[in-house]
Amino acid sequence: MLRARTIIDKIWDSHVVARRDDGECLLYIDRLLLQENSFHAFDKIRREQRAIRNPGQAFAFSDHYVPTVGREKGLAGIADPEIRNMVELIESDSRDNHITLFGLGDVRQGILHVVGPEQGITQPGLVIAGADSHTSTHGALGAYAFGVGSSEVAHVLAVQGLWRPRPKTMRVLVDAALPAGVTSKDLILSIIGTIGAGGAVGHVIEYAGPGIAALSVEQRMTVCNMSIEAGARAGLMSPDEAVFDYVKGRPYAPKGARWDAALAYWRTLPSDPGAAYDRDVRIAASRIAPMVTWGTNPEQVAPVTGAVPDPAAERDPDRRARMERALSYMALDPGTELRSIAVDRVFIGSCTNSRIEDLRIAAAIAKGRTAQVPTMVVPGSGLVRLQAEAEGLHEIFLAAGFEWRSPGCSMCVAINGDTLAPGERCASTSNRNFEGRQGPGGRTHLMSPAMAAAAAVTGRITDVRELTGVG
Amino acid sequence: MDPFRTLTATAVPLVMANVNTDQIFPARFIRKPRAVGYAQFTFHDVRRDDDGMLRADFPLNDERYHDARIIVGGTNFGCGSSREGAVYTLIDSGIRALIAPSFGDIFAANCLKNGVLTVTLPDDAVVDLRDQLRSVERPVLTIDLEAETIVRPDGATLAFSADPFQKHCLLNGLNEIDLSLEFAAEMSAFEAAYRGRFPWLAPDASGRKG
Repeated sequence: MLRARTIIDKIWDSHVVARRDDGECLLYIDRLLLQENSFHAFDKIRREQRAIRNPGQAFAFSDHYVPTVGREKGLAGIADPEIRNMVELIESDSRDNHITLFGLGDVRQGILHVVGPEQGITQPGLVIAGADSHTSTHGALGAYAFGVGSSEVAHVLAVQGLWRPRPKTMRVLVDAALPAGVTSKDLILSIIGTIGAGGAVGHVIEYAGPGIAALSVEQRMTVCNMSIEAGARAGLMSPDEAVFDYVKGRPYAPKGARWDAALAYWRTLPSDPGAAYDRDVRIAASRIAPMVTWGTNPEQVAPVTGAVPDPAAERDPDRRARMERALSYMALDPGTELRSIAVDRVFIGSCTNSRIEDLRIAAAIAKGRTAQVPTMVVPGSGLVRLQAEAEGLHEIFLAAGFEWRSPGCSMCVAINGDTLAPGERCASTSNRNFEGRQGPGGRTHLMSPAMAAAAAVTGRITDVRELTGVG
Repeated sequence: MDPFRTLTATAVPLVMANVNTDQIFPARFIRKPRAVGYAQFTFHDVRRDDDGMLRADFPLNDERYHDARIIVGGTNFGCGSSREGAVYTLIDSGIRALIAPSFGDIFAANCLKNGVLTVTLPDDAVVDLRDQLRSVERPVLTIDLEAETIVRPDGATLAFSADPFQKHCLLNGLNEIDLSLEFAAEMSAFEAAYRGRFPWLAPDASGRKG
């Protein structure tokens, strides 16, 4: 009898090129995703005079440094020469190495973790390495996807594989569909709060259960996206009909007889009943409320109905010290009701939450209301932007006083010129609330698009359910 | 890459858990070419106060540790972004070894590729080590990779376990791409079989230019 295998086992076993004496495997990499910060990798390839093995399996994206305004001016619209240089480098490195680029001026341009699935580059069963830690996003389609540094990007370019030990596995089982008014962003923030920022180190997470099956594919991407914030090597889900429907017809998806062959294979990928995991975590969906981070790490998170915790009540001295430092940086007092915290700005965007469904949710809150603080909406790709405009979402945002911008990473990583000023407090749909992440001295509260839009129209952290009457 | 065999050097204790790569190397410096020297960016914002002055309470600013080549950190050291600049900046500041209860996966891989040793020790051993570094006159450790030992300031020896491949690469200063290209025949055989198993993944299979 065949051993019951997880999807992780199945993808792994089909991608082992060679095995070393120490047990590490040379794992085949189907797709390599690059962004502007990959310049060190191309430098290494040039310096070591390496040939690129399969340039057709690499895809490059201009996203981290592109401006979100003034795009009609192209490269000339980037005033800072160092930032412009980064966008120029990915263009020349892609061109010189015959790698497809989704660059400035291309309507498909956008954040690599939005464009990859959107174009059908991401498919079930693939092993995907990306020059970005949020590459785990692609796991929502049943791919084994993880971020790597520049040296490993160069390694993939030259070898088409990477050495990895077989990972430990962790199943996070969500027992039921999420309550009304609660989104997949709240779910993943709640999971990280439960297992901790280092809670999945050394593990690949498989998210499973009725709570995951009930999510749309885009909502699933939000969950997988933040796996790295729990320290996971990757985060993925067994693909189902919703995923196959999502992939079908996309530009890079297989067509005709090839589609049929692919689909037959993809249907063999889901984890077998009874497959064993190194760790099992169960999440009670009914207990999840809209979540907001109060600290400087995504694990420092609480339901919006709660208050800033008191470090004095924390018994572990290390945790207590971290909390004290976080509250000092965030300029928050213990016991403060989260719902009383005023914000200076709102950012709706990033690879976590910039897809069309995210924008629809934000627009539903913005409709008929007015921004109380500067609010920026940055769609994840040019095609998301076009779709939103076809649906009239941009008119809702503009009527509410929100800024409607062009696609890119923008104020999630704050290296394209979109940054917080020191001391500014931001309600953000991004993935990291680290010190300085959105600009030196900036203070970030992570939350869902619905919650961010609610903060925009009230000027403070707000339980979105109070606005909608849902939940 | 310089081989790593033994290292006797000052070690700086960093208590914080979950030190992330944004703290080690803020994102706005990633666009700087390596040639400018990344030492100036190491923990750039964390080590400064709101007025941009060096904080006396940040260990890397402490004169005791000014020539540190080893960091003894907290749990999940190097989590977050995959930016390899976080390793380049440590190297340019003289750091060659890191000791912690656990490391961010991507960061640890980046260290290995750049000849920086990561040593994982149990939590209590790391806490003891940090306490000792703070209390002794000369906060110096000796790491012997071949023997897999660390000699503490008090002369006691700690054993650690190095990943055999990491050890091999570091001891010999090997470039991993060269080693992997020795598997070119296996890779070609794999790809031939793969294109048979997954014909829809051939670069031109979607009808688009790959």
